[in-house]
Order: sequence, then C-alpha cells, then structure tokens
Amino acid sequence: MPSEKKRALVVIQLAGANDALNTIVPYTNGLYYDFRPHISIPADDVLTINDELGFNPNLAPIKALWDLGKVAIINGIGYPNPDRSHFRSMDIWHTAEPAAVGKEGWLGQVIRELDPNGDNVLTGVNFGRGLPRSLALRGVPVASVGNLATYGLFPEVDDTARKQNVLEAFGKMYGSDMKDEVLTFLGQNGRDALHGADILRTAPEQYTSTVAYPNSPIATNLKSVAQVMFAELGTQVYYTTYGSFDTHGGELIAHTNLWQEVSGAVSAFYQDLEEHGWENDATVLIWTEFGRRIRDNGTGTDHGSGGSAFVIGGAVHGGLYGEYPSLKPEDQLEGDLHFNNDFRSTYSTLVERWFGLEPAPIVHGHFEQFDFLTA
Amino acid sequence: MSQQDMALMAHLLRRAGFGATRQELEGYLARGYEATVEALLHPGDAQSIPDDVIRRYHTDMAEMRELYSVAAYWMYRMVTTRCPLEEKLALFWHGLFATGYSKLNQARSLLNQIEMFRRQALGPLPEFLLELSKDPAMIIWLDNNDNHKGAINENYGRELLELFSMGIGNYTEDDVKECARAFTGWTLGNAEYMATRASKDSIWPYSRIAWHFDYRDYDHDDTEKTFLGETGNFNGEDIIKIIAKQAATARFISTRLFQFFAADEVDADGEQVIESMRQTYFDSGYETRAVLRTLFNSDYFKSDKARFARVKGPIELVVGAVRMAGSYQRPTFGVDQLARQSFYMGQGLLQPPSVEGWHEGAEWIDSGALVERVNFVSKEMGNVMNPGVRSIIDRLAAESGGRLTSEALVDRCLDLIGPLELADTTREILVEFANKQGDVNLEGHQPGDDAEQKVGDLLRLMTATREFQLV
Repeated sequence: MPSEKKRALVVIQLAGANDALNTIVPYTNGLYYDFRPHISIPADDVLTINDELGFNPNLAPIKALWDLGKVAIINGIGYPNPDRSHFRSMDIWHTAEPAAVGKEGWLGQVIRELDPNGDNVLTGVNFGRGLPRSLALRGVPVASVGNLATYGLFPEVDDTARKQNVLEAFGKMYGSDMKDEVLTFLGQNGRDALHGADILRTAPEQYTSTVAYPNSPIATNLKSVAQVMFAELGTQVYYTTYGSFDTHGGELIAHTNLWQEVSGAVSAFYQDLEEHGWENDATVLIWTEFGRRIRDNGTGTDHGSGGSAFVIGGAVHGGLYGEYPSLKPEDQLEGDLHFNNDFRSTYSTLVERWFGLEPAPIVHGHFEQFDFLTA
Repeated sequence: MSQQDMALMAHLLRRAGFGATRQELEGYLARGYEATVEALLHPGDAQSIPDDVIRRYHTDMAEMRELYSVAAYWMYRMVTTRCPLEEKLALFWHGLFATGYSKLNQARSLLNQIEMFRRQALGPLPEFLLELSKDPAMIIWLDNNDNHKGAINENYGRELLELFSMGIGNYTEDDVKECARAFTGWTLGNAEYMATRASKDSIWPYSRIAWHFDYRDYDHDDTEKTFLGETGNFNGEDIIKIIAKQAATARFISTRLFQFFAADEVDADGEQVIESMRQTYFDSGYETRAVLRTLFNSDYFKSDKARFARVKGPIELVVGAVRMAGSYQRPTFGVDQLARQSFYMGQGLLQPPSVEGWHEGAEWIDSGALVERVNFVSKEMGNVMNPGVRSIIDRLAAESGGRLTSEALVDRCLDLIGPLELADTTREILVEFANKQGDVNLEGHQPGDDAEQKVGDLLRLMTATREFQLV
C-alpha cells in the first residue's frame, strides 16, 4: 500500500473537567490564595511563564516543550451560558453547539471533509472503547481501538489456526453483494471492518523507536497513535480520552497524578514525533469540558466554567492566547472564571489553518481565529 | 408443530421481545400463536427474583442516582424478564419519548419515567400522554419548567405535537403556541432550584433530591385558546384529549409501532396494515394493546415480508444474545458492562442523543459498531460454558447419537439459535468452515472438549453473519 504522509490532528480529551486555575497558576495574585486556602499551589513551586502565570510543577515536561516554543495555551476558553453538567458540556464541545442539542460531531465532519468519498476507512481512529461524540457522524467510519495489539474481530479466539479459519470464513461471508440493499450495506461495512483491522494490525509490527513511554493508559494510547501515525496509513484524526479530572475532593493528590501522567505521555509522544520526523505534521489539542470553581470546597473544587486548552506541536506558535480571566468577584461569572474566547475559535483555527477546510459549517458560525499555528 | 410454526413463533418473540431459546419456544408453541400474543399483551409478574434481593446482591445496581446503575438495573430486567413485551415496549417508548440523562444528571427521575412507561405502555394513549406531561424528567428535559403564563417556552408544546403524537405538517405554529400556553404551570416542586442543580450537576450540599410534579395554578395561562380548530379555556388535559382523537395521531403512533415491531421500511402492504392499526386505535378507545394485537395477528406480520425486515438495535442485540447464551440468569456483577457495550455499539440506554431518539434501521450499522456487535455476540455464543450454549450442545448430542456431519451440524445450529435464515452463499461458507473443522462427534462429550469447541466456533461464526444483524 503506498505510504501517505498526511498532516494529523491528535485530540486528547481530559474527561471530568480539568481545574484550569491549578494548571496554569496565577501565582502572584493574592486572590488565588485567598480563594483557595486549602489547595493552592505554592508560588515557589510554580514553573514560571511570566511574572503572573506559571505551570503547575507536575507539568514540567510540558513546560520543557513550552520553553521550545511548541505550546500554545488558550486561557479563558468556554462558551456562552456555561453548563456545568459533564455530559451536557461535553456534548457542547463534541458537537460545537452550545445552544441546542447538536447531532453531528465536529471531528466527524472534519473526517468527512478530508475524505468525502470514504476512500480510507482509517481516516479517523479513536483509541478507547465506544465512539466519542466528536467523531460521530452518519456514514463516517471510525475505528475505535481498545487495544491496538489485539484489535480486530474475535479477539478472544487465541488459537492462531482457529482464528485464521474463523476470519477467513468471516471475510467470505461478507464478501459478496446481495440482492437486499441492507445486506449489501452490511457486507460493505463488514469488509471495511476486516480491512481496517488488517491494516491497523500492521502498525505496531512496523514500529521501531528509542523513546520509552511511561507506564500509564494515556501513554499507551499515545504510543498507539504514534505507531499508527508512523505506519502512514493515511489517518488524519486521532482521538483519545483520559480522566477522570473531576476533582471534587482530594484534588492535590489526584490532580498531581493525572498531570504527571499526561505530561509524561505528551512529552514522550513529542519526542517520538521528532525521532520520526513527524513533529511538523502532527498537532495535539488538549481540551476539557469546563474549568472548576475559583473557591475550593476544602479538599477539591466543584464544577465551574472558563478553562484552559493546549495546542502542542512543531507547527505551533507557542505562547499565551486568550486572556487569563480575572479572579476579582466583580469579574467572575456566578463565582466562576469568566470565559473570554469561544472554543469554536480554537476549532476554527485548526479546521482552517491546519486542515485547510472551511470551518463555518462545521462549527456553525464564524469565529475569530488565533495565530497559534505557524504553518 | 411444523417448522413454519416454529419459525413464526421465533419471529414473534424476536419482535415482541428479545428472542427466545428453543426451550421457551416449545413452551409458547404448546399454547399456540394467538394465545401467546394475548399472554404477551397481558404482562403479569415479570420478575423471577424480587427487586430487593437483586439490589442486595448487586450493589452496583443500587445507586439509583447514577446513570450506569440505573442502566444496569434496567438491562438486568430486560435480560431476565418473564414478560418480554413489557420491556420491549418500554424500550420503544424510551426511543419515542426520548429523554436523556445528559441534561438531568439524576438517574432516579429517568428510572421513574421508565417505570411509568411500563405502567402505561399498553394502555390508552391519552392517559399515557397525560402522565408524560407530568413526568418531572420530561419537564426538565424539554424546559416546561420555563414555560410561564405570559412568557411561554414552546419546547414541550412543540415536541409533544411534532415528535410524540402527530408529526410535522399536521398542526400550525399557532397550535404550537396554544399548546404551550395550555401547559403553563405544569412544573416540578421547587423547580428553579432543581433545574439549577441539574445544570450545575452538583451534589452539594444535599446530594440529589427526587423530583415530583407540581402544578402552579398562579402560573397557568387561564384564558381561551384555539387549538386544532377547537376553542376553549384549555388546560393540558384538554389538549391531550384533542390530540388523541386526531387522525394524524392514529397514523403517527401506528406507523412508529409498525416500524419498531414489523419492518424498518413501510411498503404498500405495510400501509394497509397501518391502516387497520389506525382503525383499531379508534375502535378501542386509543388503546396500544389493541393496536398491537391487530399488528401481531395480521397476515403481513406473519408473512415472509416481515421476516428479518429490521436491523437489530444494539440493545436488542445485546439483550438477545445474553438471553440466548443464558449468561446472566442469576445476579452477577458485570451487568453495567452490558449497558456500556450497547453504548459502544451506538445505543446508550437512557442516553438518546436528542429528543428525536435514535436513528434506527440501517443507521445502526457502521464498521466500528459492527466490530463491537460481532465481538460481543461471539464472546457470548462461542463460550461453551454458558448455560444457553450448553443447552444447544446437549440437544445436538441427543440427536443422531451425537455424530453430526457438517451439513447437519450447520442446519441444526441454525435451527436452534433461531431459526435463522441465511442466504445460500452464507450457509455454504459455514458448511465449508465446518468441513475444515472436521466432523463433530459429541458422544460422551465433556465440558470444553474439542467437539464442543467446534460447535462453539460454528455458533460464533453463525452469529457473526450479516443475516444475524437482522431481526
């Protein structure tokens, strides 16, 4: 199969609502310490960005990428009338529809625009079970891979000879068109599934790398992304979810672990990109469904709004984007950080400036774009 | 009892329930078709194990405020019920009066709604619509708590007409507004607090509190309204009475029932059946039980036209496979996994993507969902230790002294898991596969031995066919 190096977007969803205030810390702002007597990050521990903001120390590997100019931080990201329900807010981000219950995943639409004829069943690949709503669009096939090494049909049949026979029979059974439209349609899907699994299975076999990924589920998934990416199967949209970031309690411990894992994974992934010459062809978006309350609840934080997103990659113009929301009570939105840029601006930037597609139909409107991409 | 009778009974149970094992079918056949239809239409005691016992063993089903607890609880009911039509209908109404967890953040209210669906499922439609209009989950879902005298919110009023009873094109925008006005004041106790809590998804400080219907007469628009050509000081009950007697309602409800129970596509013959269902709707005083009786006893339903004329929805597939494999008969951990599996396949229980419910038929299928579907059933039916699979193996062993040629094995298995109809080409490939495995000798078979394994692999493949994706 001819190799296809096409630029790719890697989307990491931090599920459960990451606490922006403890991720990008306003370490010189007295209000931060006033509102968070129990869970603030000490100013001395912060990895400074400038004389107002700094990284939570557990993001050290990402700070290293920041120092190389590869990290764009979009502060104050959100949407009008923030919803503090996990499911609802996630749906809003997935479908780019804050005002109504949306039906089409934005990434599903991106995949359709990238591959209108559906020539490549692997244009979009999700690492995780089930299909995230971002990717869901009628007629757009997306492989959802729980475990790349064992992905495919009949994974519990471990005897190679038996499996061979079973897969062969499956392929034949789905091989022909039939008089009935629905059965023919099923046949096509079965062939696509088998084909996709056959191709994906070759990716780990071809992979060589000196990069040692940490031992965490997010790192494993990003390594799988790398394996598929370097096999040049034509995949352009990768997706994976990690969590839960829903730190209502015990935040300092949980948040520390989570970010150590995410940063370690992202750093290893970036190194792998560089080793294989992919760093300018892959861009990572890290998003979460909302930020958390400014005031802590004793050991953690409750749902809030207005968070931070990250865009990381060789083609990224590193820096701070959006405004860091004010903590002053008069500037807050019902006790939360007031968003100042719509997430659809970030989406539009990626859709148009990364993929060269028309963003308006995908995000249902025109939104001012950022300059966080150099390419 | 002929092969045709068996096939017809299997078809009825696949549609009016989630399928039936050979043993169950033999029981139904002894009663006869019409009697079975009546028994299905009069669900009695559904549970072989009482609720409190289930929850004692299944602590994962006891947390009724949590989505997957309630989803697991309902899944378990579907898997173990002795009254399959009751659950199948609850699923049907759940897809039609689609209410989703994402906006409610409180699974108990959804569970209450499903229990109301069970109570109303077969009864008169106006009674059902009245309960629906008072259902707190529905009120929050479609914002009727924001529907005030002098400041209406049209959401419930519109969807009631468009998606729940009459269908688009059968009423005007003015009717929508008048409908909304009639439902002003239909809200829940402490609505503002409850709605805010739902949207903030917060359990602080008092955790989740149960919702109940509350009628605020001071917030109700108590003036004259004109709705579908009638005029009067209508309240919600009056609107529902008017809706119920519309021809459009009869057509809409009959069509949706037809598409769910008879065939995804409606052709000319189907239209005729729907016509007779509509007639029954009026003759019976709008009773769903009567309408379904007309459908199940119709020539169309019994004919080849209706056979395998629907694509199985993910929940049908999961529950059907588990009932056939007999793997969850006793309280076992992992039932929430069943709910997650159907979610991975594209149908999350209690999580319809919008008030429009799910897009059914061929839209259930994409290559990703197909992998999940095939793998799930394969795991259940390829496991020779599952009770239902052992039943099949035991029946095979009792025939022809346990020695079966490939052809016989394929045909007997197709019969026992269905009967399942396959295209000739598909069947030939299965015979070829069985030939490759070698003849099966089940004489003196031991659990998990080679002969049994061969049967398991054949069942695995058989339920992976595209024909098996149909119901």
